Amino acid sequence: MSRILDTLRYSKDHEWVRIEGEKAYVGITDHAQDELGEIVFVELPPIGERYKKDEEISSIESVKAASPIINPIEGVVLEANEDLDGSPELINEDCYANHLYVLGSFSQEDYDSMMDSTEYASYLASL
Amino acid sequence: MIYPYIPHTDEDRAQMLEALGLSSVDRLFEVVGEDLLLEDSVPIAHRRTEDEVQRMIDSIAQRNIRGISFLGGGCYDHIIPSTVKALSSLPSFVTAYTPYQAEMSQGLLQAIFEFQSMICEITSMDIANASLYDGSHAIVEAALLMVNAKRGAKKVLVSETIHPFALKALGTWVLGTEYEVVPIREKDGVVDLSGLVIGDDVGGLIVQSPNRYGFVEDYSGIADLLHEHKALFAISSDPLSLAIQKTPGQWGADIAVGDTQSLGLGLSFGGPSCGYMAVKQPLLRRIPGRLVGITTDAEGRRGFTLTLQAREQHIKRERATSNICSNQALAALMTTIHLSSLGWHGMVEAARQSYAKAHYLAHHLGQLPGVEVMNAHPFWCEFPVVFHDAKRMRKFLQELRNEGIFAGVRLSALTRKDTDELVLLVAVTEKRSREELEMYIAAAQRVMK
Repeated sequence: MSRILDTLRYSKDHEWVRIEGEKAYVGITDHAQDELGEIVFVELPPIGERYKKDEEISSIESVKAASPIINPIEGVVLEANEDLDGSPELINEDCYANHLYVLGSFSQEDYDSMMDSTEYASYLASL
Repeated sequence: MIYPYIPHTDEDRAQMLEALGLSSVDRLFEVVGEDLLLEDSVPIAHRRTEDEVQRMIDSIAQRNIRGISFLGGGCYDHIIPSTVKALSSLPSFVTAYTPYQAEMSQGLLQAIFEFQSMICEITSMDIANASLYDGSHAIVEAALLMVNAKRGAKKVLVSETIHPFALKALGTWVLGTEYEVVPIREKDGVVDLSGLVIGDDVGGLIVQSPNRYGFVEDYSGIADLLHEHKALFAISSDPLSLAIQKTPGQWGADIAVGDTQSLGLGLSFGGPSCGYMAVKQPLLRRIPGRLVGITTDAEGRRGFTLTLQAREQHIKRERATSNICSNQALAALMTTIHLSSLGWHGMVEAARQSYAKAHYLAHHLGQLPGVEVMNAHPFWCEFPVVFHDAKRMRKFLQELRNEGIFAGVRLSALTRKDTDELVLLVAVTEKRSREELEMYIAAAQRVMK
């Protein structure tokens, strides 16, 4: 059973978003990290670029696959989690404590349209 | 007609034609012009003995003209130690399959690893791949990398002084894509980078040194300018020249490409050749093609294996960095053996001698009436000679050929441009002896006096 936090919003591509003031933290869900398996590389997005909702922003490689990261809400990349550069396994250890990147000037509307934890749980159950 | 190796029966054929709604197999070939279709089978004489065939082929081969080569234009007559042919002909190398299975392929994997290491050392770059098909292919891969690495990049700036064939290959690559190759004009035989404009849609710049004329180009300040605009810088070079000229890494380039023909591959009437590509660390996951890495096995012993395959097509499918799924393993092996035989010292010596002998010949040709040796820029082993009239040029080439000398490559034969008609590219390698140079000079003096 995948771990789902009540405080987050979720996308169908298995990304989560957490809002803290003016910043939106983006990561991948427990389901996603479990499907990927042992993660060996996280490509970080370029700082300062604006990405739309559903735009491919970077990628994650595991020992068995290479998957794109689909940006869940429109915004400008403020920071990328550089801890992942040398330690991509942090995602496997705790995918909710280790975000991928932070967006600023993000779309509240896009955020509001994301699934809450209950909806995401039933979405997972339907897969 | 019954073909012994095709298993379909007449009944199979009838069924397939019915499904296609065609009355006969010939209908499939209607788009081919009638004058191109054979009425009968291919007229090959039957019942020749092996010996008779051998003689026929030999007599055709006799028609090849041999001579002392001052031909270049991308393919050069360098000395190749006999170790290259002897070792690269070993059956375990010649018949080796792609080394997917590391435990079966340590020899080939190590050879490729050594190739990569040598290319990195020669170019002053961090990571080299296992080789590409040839120099033109390497340039196309550099362009592809540039538009993939920068978000929103649609254009690649390309110097007009790169090899004409590479420019053509880029034209082919760009057909049917959303990308654009933007030519950067030359001035007096070298690329003119003054007033270079790098927009948000420019992925990078590709240049070549020594360039299509043999000139060595100056790239001062170019890398910084490109990097300010998040664009990449690729330099294509004859790898032997890098023994004595500033390397792509030293110019601040992100990508080094070229062709290893000058390192042990011989002429072979123009191929096969072998491309190389090396990049800086940040492009590790963007470089196309195979990469061999060094590692330790479960018992702690040193081993080699294909690595970082998540970039490649068989894992990443349509999102792969490139379509290349193979490399030019045997040719890369020949380059590796060549370099191992020469050593760094030997490589520098070959590059220096090529330089000295080319400059000796250029100096003497520069004294002749009726021609100008273009020397506005420094050159390495090849230089352009401009004739005052076409008739004299033809006579020059013919007379020298009569004396067993291939005097040079007509630039127009490579570029198909009328404006290049009077330009002859003369290449001199370390292989040309003093005697051969004097023969060239004496013959040239007789024709041009």
